[in-house]
Formats: sequence, C-alpha cells, structure tokens
Amino acid sequence: MCRKMLELSDIHKTFNRGTIDEKVLFSGFNLTIEDGEFVGVIGSNGSGKTTMLNIISGDVAADSGSVILDGVKMNGMKNFKRAKKIGRVFQNPSMGTCPSMTIWENMSIADNKGKTYDLSFGLNRQRKDFYRSQLELLGLGLENRLSAPAGSLSGGQRQALALIMATMIRPDLLLLDEHTAALDPKSSDTVMMLTEKIVREKNITTLMVTHNLRHAVEYGTRAVMMHEGGIIMDVSGEEKKNKSISDYLKVFNEISIECGN
Amino acid sequence: MIEGLIIGILEQGLIYGIMAMGVYITYTILDFPDLSVDGTFPLGIAVCFVMVNHGLSPWLALIAAFAAGCAAGMFTGLFNVKLKIRNLLCGILTMTALYSVNYGIVGKASDFLSMDTTTIFSQTEFLFGNGHMAMYSKLAVILVITLAAKFALDWYMRTKSGFLLRSVGDNEGLVVTLAKNPGTIKIIGLAIANGLVSLAGAVYCQYGRAFNVGSGTGTVVMGLAAVIIGTTVFRKVKFMRITTGVLLGMVVYKACISVALAAGLPAQNTNLMITLLFIATLVINEFVLKKRKAGVSKNA
Ligand SMILES: Nc1ncnc2c1ncn2[C@@H]1O[C@H](COP(=O)(O)OP(=O)(O)OP(=O)(O)O)[C@@H](O)[C@H]1O
Ligand SMILES: [Mg+2]
Repeated sequence: MCRKMLELSDIHKTFNRGTIDEKVLFSGFNLTIEDGEFVGVIGSNGSGKTTMLNIISGDVAADSGSVILDGVKMNGMKNFKRAKKIGRVFQNPSMGTCPSMTIWENMSIADNKGKTYDLSFGLNRQRKDFYRSQLELLGLGLENRLSAPAGSLSGGQRQALALIMATMIRPDLLLLDEHTAALDPKSSDTVMMLTEKIVREKNITTLMVTHNLRHAVEYGTRAVMMHEGGIIMDVSGEEKKNKSISDYLKVFNEISIECGN
Repeated sequence: MIEGLIIGILEQGLIYGIMAMGVYITYTILDFPDLSVDGTFPLGIAVCFVMVNHGLSPWLALIAAFAAGCAAGMFTGLFNVKLKIRNLLCGILTMTALYSVNYGIVGKASDFLSMDTTTIFSQTEFLFGNGHMAMYSKLAVILVITLAAKFALDWYMRTKSGFLLRSVGDNEGLVVTLAKNPGTIKIIGLAIANGLVSLAGAVYCQYGRAFNVGSGTGTVVMGLAAVIIGTTVFRKVKFMRITTGVLLGMVVYKACISVALAAGLPAQNTNLMITLLFIATLVINEFVLKKRKAGVSKNA
C-alpha cells in the first residue's frame, strides 16, 4: 500500500540567478506521493505549482535535489523520455490535442503511446467502437463526430478529449495543471467528474493543480496548499474529509495578511 | 501551337509540383519556412546531371537525387534541433552551402547534356508511336512520376509515422507527452521534404538537359505560391486531397507565367511578376483565412 510513486526531495530552484530579476522559488522543497493518491494542489499565484509540475515532467530543470518516479531517479532525463510514465493535461485546451487532426486520429495517436510509430496504418480501425464508447460517456455528443477536426471543438470538449487521450495508455503519474480553469462552470464540472471517474477506475496516481477550492475539497484523497515555494498545509484521509471550503479560505486569508495585503 | 503551349505548362507544372509538395510538408505541415529548397532543387539537378552524363541509369539518378535531398534536409533539421539555430536561418545556411556543393558536384557553373545522353525521356520517346501523339510522351512520363510521388506522400501521411509528423507542426507539446522526441520527427520531415524537392530537380534536369548553379533562385517562392493556391483556392473542392490541390496550384502558377510571357512580358520581368502573383495569393489567403476563422469562432 505504502509504495512511493513520486518523491521530490530537497528541490532548489532559482530563476534568473545573479540578475536583478533573481527569484528564489524553491529552497529545500519536499513532497512525497504514495501510489494511488489523488492529490489536489491549491495555492496563491506564483507559489510554484506549475514550476513543480514542470520539474517533475522535465520541462524545467531544478538547480539541485532529486526527482524519483516509481523508484527511478529522473534527474537529467529528457522530458519526452519521462513522458513514458507521465500523462499530462494543461490549462490551455489547445495544448492537449492536435487541432488539424480529427478526433479519431487524435485518439489513435494517443492509443499508440509507448509503441513505435511505424509505417503501419495510422487510424486504429479495430478500436473505433471503443473510442466511440469512451466519447459517449462524456455526454457531449462527440461520439458522432469522430471525423471532425479537434480544432473545431469547444474548449470543454477539447479538454475532455485531452483527458481521455492523456489516460488512454495508463500513465504511472497524471499531472493536471488547472485543466478546468479555462472552462465555463458547467464544462468545468463535467471535466472534473470525468477526471474523478478515470482516476478512480484506472487507479492512477494524480497530482492536480486547481484554483477551484470546491474541486480541491470535493475531489481527491489529499489536499496540499502551497505558498511562496513551500507547503503550508497538507491534509489527507479523515482530516481532509472534515475540512470545508471555509477552512481553506481561512488559511488563504492568513497568508494574504502575512504578505501585508 | 496552343496544344504545345498547354503541354509545356502541364509538364513544367507537374515537375515543379513535386517540389511544391515538399514545400507543403515544411511550410504547412511542419510550420517551418524552409529556404533550403533554393539549394536542394539544383542539388537534384547536379546529382542527376553527373550520373546520366556518366551513362548511369536515369532512373537510378532520380533515386540518388532524392537521397541527396534527404541528406541536405537533415542538415537543415540538425542545425535547428541540435544547434538551436532559428529555422529561417537554418535554411539559408543549407542553401548557401549547397551553392558550393552543387558547383563542386558538376565541376563548373553551367553545362549541357549532350544530345545522345540517355534520359528517362529519351528511353520513352516513342511510348505513343511517332505520330502526333508522340508529343504527349514526356508529359505521360512526368505524370507517372509526379503521381507516384503524390500517392507515396498521401500514403505516408496516413501512417502512424505520418501522424506524428502532422502533430509535430500542429502541437509540438503533445508529441512530447506521447513520449516522442519532436526534434527527430522534424528532422525526418525536413529530409522527406527536401528529398521531394531534389527529385523534382532531377526530373527537371533530364527534361531541360542543363545544369546551372544559379537555377535554384526563386524556387521556394514558386513552391509557396503553389502551396497557397492549392490550400486555399482548391481546399473548397470536396474529396480532393491537399497534395492534388498543391499540384494543380503549381499548374495554375505556371500557366499564369506562360500566358504573361506569351502576351509579351519581357522575360527579365518574370521575377517581378512572380512576386506580384505571390503577394496576390497571400492577400487572397489572408482574406479567405480570416473568413474561415470567423466561422470557426462562431461554432465554438
Ligand atoms: N521561466 C521563468 N523565468 C523566471 N521566473 C519564473 C519562470 N517560471 C516561473 N517563474 C516565477 O516563479 C514563480 C512561480 O511560478 P509558477 O508558474 O510556478 O506559479 P504558479 O503557482 O503555477 O502560479 P499560478 O497560480 O499563477 O499558475 C513566479 O513568481 C514566476 O514569476
Ligand atoms: Mg500555474
């Protein structure tokens, strides 16, 4: 049960070192996530949530410290190599799909992750019905639009598709960075429910950054609050279940007062 | 007279059309404005020229030219991916280097193939007998080669590897999340594109029977014009692949130039005319694109 899926230890990161814009973000940041945890991360703007995800995915290199994913040290490994074990959905809906390719083509390409992209036929015909059934679960009417380019979908539809694609081949770790932030409240809830369903069914260890306190309260097995490159609150299990939105807001207000606003 | 003019337009349009399909890969699919084309077209001419001049198989010369173009395209890609040089500059570097390379391959600035040189066209001269139809034999051979290139490219774009190529220009970040190196795919795309351009050069070499080290100037502009005509004007036609549109775009382009020349435009003014035509297509493109974008946002 207590297998560690992700271990960030003693992470240091300073941007623009030695310049007038020097920004010390992390100095000795630690976070350990166990296998099967669904962690909601909240925090003020600029607290380092996105940078943390980027350090995990290899898009940003930490100055020092180690990133261990499923027992394997990731330091120095290129982002696309790490991606073998990591699935990711971004805030911007256009980043999770190929706009000029059709839904079917997008799903086929995601379904092939981890295998070679050779000279065999790109569209996966055998799995067409499976794709359709996956889309049907969304209730967005996409199941009848397999041949429509992804670029013609709305933000919410695209984000739902991106989520299905990112988890089609089960990743060891799923990184979500405010993946519902660009959506209207209704689509945002739809995508959040879909997230919960996929994460549960496939039992994927998940790290989800969100600005939606309600989502952080209602979903996930653990909630982490970040502020200025550190973790100021970390609750899970029963403790988390007993927390309400107002409890989180209280902490938020405290840190704002500290900052003098 | 008119029949001959039309055949000439089709012949040249289809040869340069192969080149335009290469430009389509870089400009439209990879979103990489690749100027190597001005060097890889004459590279194809040079490689082919030397080979057929030495009596080697003219068909083998086409394959060799394709391979040489692939290699040159790989350099452009490596400059960009490994050395992090800006894409426009990468093409300029390759193009500049190829000027010397092409000169070196042939050994002089310009040369002609002697009349008894075996080419793909001399081998097929009497394909349709020696009557009136004989004037169509070159066009037939060109059509076969161009269509072979077109169908090969269409097929490739539908493979898994082709899907990756399409996604790298569309959304490089997605390719990373698929655990693939976008740089490698870009290099492959540039190689295929310049292979096609060089193949076009090789066909043109046997068609025009001449090498001139400066003959690549303006190739990329010509290719872009065809791609823009092909992807805007002909996009409206249902069930037509974009590659077909690009080929037709090049034929339209060549027709415009030929008509202008026949109407008395002095040959030295063609570059001016090419530029004007290019700007005209860009303006049309902008207009059409804006309309389409407006349509999309309405759907969203
Ligand atoms: N590439 C960079 N260069 C310089 N500073 C950076 C860079 N990336 C991030 N930062 C700085 O690091 C801090 C943390 O940024 P980050 O994007 O991780 O915050 P965040 O918690 O995701 O914020 P938000 O809630 O606004 O998305 C910010 O102060 C930001 O200005
Ligand atoms: Mg962020």
